[in-house]
Amino acid sequence: MALQPAITDLELLKDRPAVACLLSGLPGAVQSAKFDRDELTIWIDSIHLIDSLNVLRTASFNVLADLTAVDWFPSEPRFEVVYSMLSYERHERIRIKVKVSGADPYIESVTGLWAGASPFEREVFDLFGIRFQGHPDLRRILLPDDWEGHPLRKDYPVEGYR
Amino acid sequence: MPSIDQFRSVPVVETIGGDRTMVLNMGPQHPSTHGVLRLLLEIDGETIVRIRPDIGFLHTGIEKTCEAKFYQQVIPMTDRIDYLCPMTNNLAYVLAVEKLLGLEIPPRAMWIRLMLNELSRINSHLVWLGTHAMDIGAMTVFLYCFREREEILKMFEMVSGQRMMTSYFRVGGVSMDLPLGFLDYIKNFAAYFPDRIEQYSDLLTNNPIWMGRTKGVALITKEDALQLMLSGPTARGSGIDWDLRRDMPYAGYDKLDFKVPVETAGDVFARYTVRMGELRESISMVKQAIANLPDGPFKADAPKIVLPDREKMKTQMESLIHHFKIVTEGFTVPEGEVYQGVESPRGEMGYYVVSDGTAKPYRVHMRSPSFANLNALGVMCEHNLLADVVAAIGSIDIILGDVDR
Repeated sequence: MALQPAITDLELLKDRPAVACLLSGLPGAVQSAKFDRDELTIWIDSIHLIDSLNVLRTASFNVLADLTAVDWFPSEPRFEVVYSMLSYERHERIRIKVKVSGADPYIESVTGLWAGASPFEREVFDLFGIRFQGHPDLRRILLPDDWEGHPLRKDYPVEGYR
Repeated sequence: MPSIDQFRSVPVVETIGGDRTMVLNMGPQHPSTHGVLRLLLEIDGETIVRIRPDIGFLHTGIEKTCEAKFYQQVIPMTDRIDYLCPMTNNLAYVLAVEKLLGLEIPPRAMWIRLMLNELSRINSHLVWLGTHAMDIGAMTVFLYCFREREEILKMFEMVSGQRMMTSYFRVGGVSMDLPLGFLDYIKNFAAYFPDRIEQYSDLLTNNPIWMGRTKGVALITKEDALQLMLSGPTARGSGIDWDLRRDMPYAGYDKLDFKVPVETAGDVFARYTVRMGELRESISMVKQAIANLPDGPFKADAPKIVLPDREKMKTQMESLIHHFKIVTEGFTVPEGEVYQGVESPRGEMGYYVVSDGTAKPYRVHMRSPSFANLNALGVMCEHNLLADVVAAIGSIDIILGDVDR
């Protein structure tokens, strides 16, 4: 099982069901795509996030399996919010990524599509400081309310501020 | 957008029922919360109006700590997330790293992993059954369950030297071969355990008190289960026919023959039936794994990633160098990212590992099943009685280490 080189050319990936339904349903939403280690990643423009997830949800990717973020400090846009979607019908996973700027990190909340995303978004808010517009109850979830800083940011020391 | 300060110090206690309702605090030290979970229950008489879980008491920042460790040093961290099925967490993590590396493991290692992973599931379900029944008032089951669990913990100690925090799986295989006499021990266990499951079942399934406390209690519909991102037995109790072991096989589950129990009632009793069915399937999988276990190496032949045998390390210069390099510098992993989901006893346990090409993971995210499943508590308990909250918590089988990480 030697590693295959990643495919990043959108032309070669346009026949994959997830990419195809996004390209036809929402032209302009897909920024780029990558197929690496049997996993498909699609980068979406943040203004099209809700529409794209809605398109995917109707195209059988109806399960949001996971929601998290990655901090690419010090590069800009600094954050990537990662949505792992799962299709019960196709037995297939895809990963949707949205880039978020570091200066004023915010993104639309997906709690309108999946109510279960609520604690996941609160966790990302708590640990990364990314705000979710339209979230019904955006508070810290794991850390105390008066905690300073967001620990999973790369400029936060591993041993904390002493 | 408002500033971050706006989200600080939101009043925790606010009622939606006005003067009719009161807020009752449950936990964080309540015995039936299976850890340190605090629930804010808004009640109207004895009826639940709203539940708000308050979590984070066990948060130890494991995801952040992982970023400061070598890939192989993360394995002991994964045990401590879900302490009832350490092997499942080990498995999810090592599978993710093996996928990043493109590393293949020998068949013996694969079958050992399958066998122990299913034993962990039995271990976890036994603790669930015992404590769940005890919460509802059936004391006896607990003692029987822990008798068999003790045998499983002994087996874990035999293979790994540790009863609970096993850290037995390694990137590229397992840490050491099965000890002498282990197979006889596990064969003996697998021979008598199916009868024991029927014993537990006899104590509970047709017991009128048990049925009264579980049937029609804490209902959740299939649509709600999908909306709330539920997984595992909690979702299968509501009619979602999905099991990662069967539907997206990993780690060799496609070589096993098993059924996935599904119930449609969506109440506590349905989730109980699903888990009892899983116990029966798991012990049959353990038997299949014993029957199929081949001889051969128990770790991959990848000297730059897998530690050499102790004997070789002491006698061969090259092995000594590899050993020294791996221990002091770790092994580098090519750039990339993977998400590996496995079916833990509680649901989908997912590891999202991002590598930047160095010897330490850039990001490790654990999608823990309890964290998502806990969400359902509010929907399940609305309009139910206060006493049924305990049954609902037991039926979603939360582990607070898994919730808080």
